Amino acid sequence: MSTPQQPSPQAAPAWQAGPGPAYAAPGGAPGYTSPIPVVRTHLGNAIASEWTKIRSVRSTMWTLGVFVLLVIGIGLMVALLVDANASEGDLAGESPLSFGFFGVLLGSMPILTLGVLTTASEYGTGMIRTTMVACPSRGRVLTAKAIVFFAIAFVVTLVSTGFVAMVDAALFTDAREPSQSEWLKATVGVSFYVALLGLLALAVGSIIRHSAGAITIMIGLLLAPLVIAIFMFSESLEGLRDALFEYSIPSQLGVWYSAELTESGPSGWDPLWIALGVTAAAFAAAFALLEKRDV
Amino acid sequence: MIEVEGLTKRYGDKVAVNNLSFTVRPGIVTGFLGPNGAGKSTTMRMMLGLDRPTAGDVRIDGTHYDRLKDPLTYIGALLDAKAVHGGRSAFNHLLCLAQSNGIPRGRVHEVLDTVGLTAVARKKAKGFSLGMGQRLGIAGALLGDPRILMFDEPVNGLDPEGIHWIRNLMKSLAAQGRTVFVSSHLMSEMALTAEHLVVIGQGRLLADTTMADFIARNSRSFVRIRTPQRERLLDVLHGAGVTVVESGSGVLEVDGGKPETIGELAARHQIVLHELSPQQASLEEAFMQLTAESVEYHAHSETPRDLRRSWGEDWTGRG
Repeated sequence: MSTPQQPSPQAAPAWQAGPGPAYAAPGGAPGYTSPIPVVRTHLGNAIASEWTKIRSVRSTMWTLGVFVLLVIGIGLMVALLVDANASEGDLAGESPLSFGFFGVLLGSMPILTLGVLTTASEYGTGMIRTTMVACPSRGRVLTAKAIVFFAIAFVVTLVSTGFVAMVDAALFTDAREPSQSEWLKATVGVSFYVALLGLLALAVGSIIRHSAGAITIMIGLLLAPLVIAIFMFSESLEGLRDALFEYSIPSQLGVWYSAELTESGPSGWDPLWIALGVTAAAFAAAFALLEKRDV
Repeated sequence: MIEVEGLTKRYGDKVAVNNLSFTVRPGIVTGFLGPNGAGKSTTMRMMLGLDRPTAGDVRIDGTHYDRLKDPLTYIGALLDAKAVHGGRSAFNHLLCLAQSNGIPRGRVHEVLDTVGLTAVARKKAKGFSLGMGQRLGIAGALLGDPRILMFDEPVNGLDPEGIHWIRNLMKSLAAQGRTVFVSSHLMSEMALTAEHLVVIGQGRLLADTTMADFIARNSRSFVRIRTPQRERLLDVLHGAGVTVVESGSGVLEVDGGKPETIGELAARHQIVLHELSPQQASLEEAFMQLTAESVEYHAHSETPRDLRRSWGEDWTGRG
């Protein structure tokens, strides 16, 4: 049996030369051994930890509470207003689900905030150092945060949008019957989309490491393209203006309710694939920076 | 055991830690001493894998920190008391740390009890005093019952009772065979707890020695004598071959002498003594001397009057 040759035995530091367990004292006296069972940790541990973290701060309850309030509150308010003002035949040929759009548009803001806070608040409080000492695998921490946040955001959005959709469908009896694909888009589809936007915010929070800065960027991303496009009067900029309209987040949110601003541009499930691509790119940057930078 | 080898950290042009090598051994408290800005915290952050070293290596029981699968059972660290989300309760803070390392939930209650925070376990960390925050940080360090413990300035903000508690805690942890590494900028604090000393200044290693050796080498012990019969005592001591130094106001000092010998000598010659006391130059002084050249942030000792004079001279020079 051959033992692997040390490159230079003389230069080998004491920790390589010493026999016995690595933690033994140089004198041969054993170091401290804990009675607590040692377990090999995995992603599941990190997910359990992140779940405890997200449920134990008040900002989670606040942002999700405001989200539910906006989606359901505004959704129902719009429905009641339309119901009160619509005359016979007005809604013929329209999908009753499309009135859920307004609540989700406003509700996406607290979701973005929660996404940013999930990562950036740890940098603000210094908690990140404690977290990374407890789990030195930085990628695992970010992955666990992403999984926990996405699950929460998706479930909460699905429940809220599903509720509004059912109320709308029950209320507008003279509107046309929504198709199965319309049901799917206005509930599951939009929930995926909103949760993905939140995930993008989470990645941006990890990159910017500053809550206020990252939230500003995300709100800007949500609203700026549309606002800029509205004030683009010049004919020569028409192409750019149309692109800003079509690809602005509010317009893409409208796609889920067949309420997009333009006839061209993303349709069907396109917004999801676009958001998926952008979020994946943001996460690639977040992971790379997380490994490279000091905590 | 922690091994630090050629550890270097540069921030742009500035070298925060410069080619640092030392070993922290189990079973004793090792003090990590240096003035403010010497690079103590940077070194500790690199040991814990938070900061990436520009060069060099840190090994925890032979492994890199980020390779540890259950780091909290290897190392418990108190970096700073503020590394906590203020909105989270003490219990939940410790629970999320425990979960990330697969440590049983019951252990959270145990460490809360150890540091005396059980009564406020459900309170938000935001409302904690500095001392309570420090205790919460220590609870986090003890959570995995680790064999290596690292404390960055643990006595900061603690009251005398808390300081006493943490001193004894560190000593008992070391006595159980654990590796204990404590940083401080107070030499006097280290003298009470540490057995081994690593001293750095401006990121460079200044001393790596036992506490006893450091004291012996860096502090002067002498016997202080006051007597109304000064001349006679000087003659007697001289006759006995003892070197005496006269310091101001009639005080005599015998370097390295024993009070017993001098007292007996004085009694034999019937010399009245008003004071006979063994003295030790403060370790703080020795530490300040050692690090004098490497202190980064000097307070200017120029008094305002000096400034004014030089300013005035400048004016008269022109006039």
